[in-house]
Amino acid sequence: MTKRGLIEEVVKLYPRYSRREAETMVNAVFNSMADALRRDERIEIRGFGSFVVKHRRAREGRNPKTGRTVSVAAKRVPFFKVGKELRLRVDGKVAEADLAAAAE
Amino acid sequence: MTMTKGDIVERIYEKVGFSKKEASDVVESIFEVIKHRLAQGEKVKISGFGNFVVNSKRPRKGRNPQTGEEIIISGRRVLTFKASHVLKKSMNIQD
Repeated sequence: MTKRGLIEEVVKLYPRYSRREAETMVNAVFNSMADALRRDERIEIRGFGSFVVKHRRAREGRNPKTGRTVSVAAKRVPFFKVGKELRLRVDGKVAEADLAAAAE
Repeated sequence: MTMTKGDIVERIYEKVGFSKKEASDVVESIFEVIKHRLAQGEKVKISGFGNFVVNSKRPRKGRNPQTGEEIIISGRRVLTFKASHVLKKSMNIQD
């Protein structure tokens, strides 16, 4: 599924919103998360998982093709840790049918 | 600082002006749709943010580090996130 498919799902679930509004909302979710990571903040979404920013120090690397030494600058990389509920669901330890029943 | 669902709801509320309850319901639904698709083994790709992918791990032999006892670690499905280049790049702009 892509972001477009996700927007379609939102439109289906909430017919009172226009496609454009659904798009704005879906974009707002990921833009706000990306903004948080750019600010070096961690993100915690209960039942889904958490994102943390890891800092990598500058290091001497090597171009594997030429063998030449290059300096690799320090950088920040996002890291995702799956939450318990989602981890179990992905592994099939919680039946999706049970969750649908519980939601009703 | 840690961002939570509440902060995301706030952002939607600012953007579209629906009630906070409505914004909160939509955020809840968005994560639920993603979780459901992933549970189905489907890949979820969010352009500009990253891809969530389900991978299958084969069973392997392991060892209980405390007792040294050999155990079989059963096969399972795990979720990995690969951040998009756009996101990684934008996190490393020097200012």
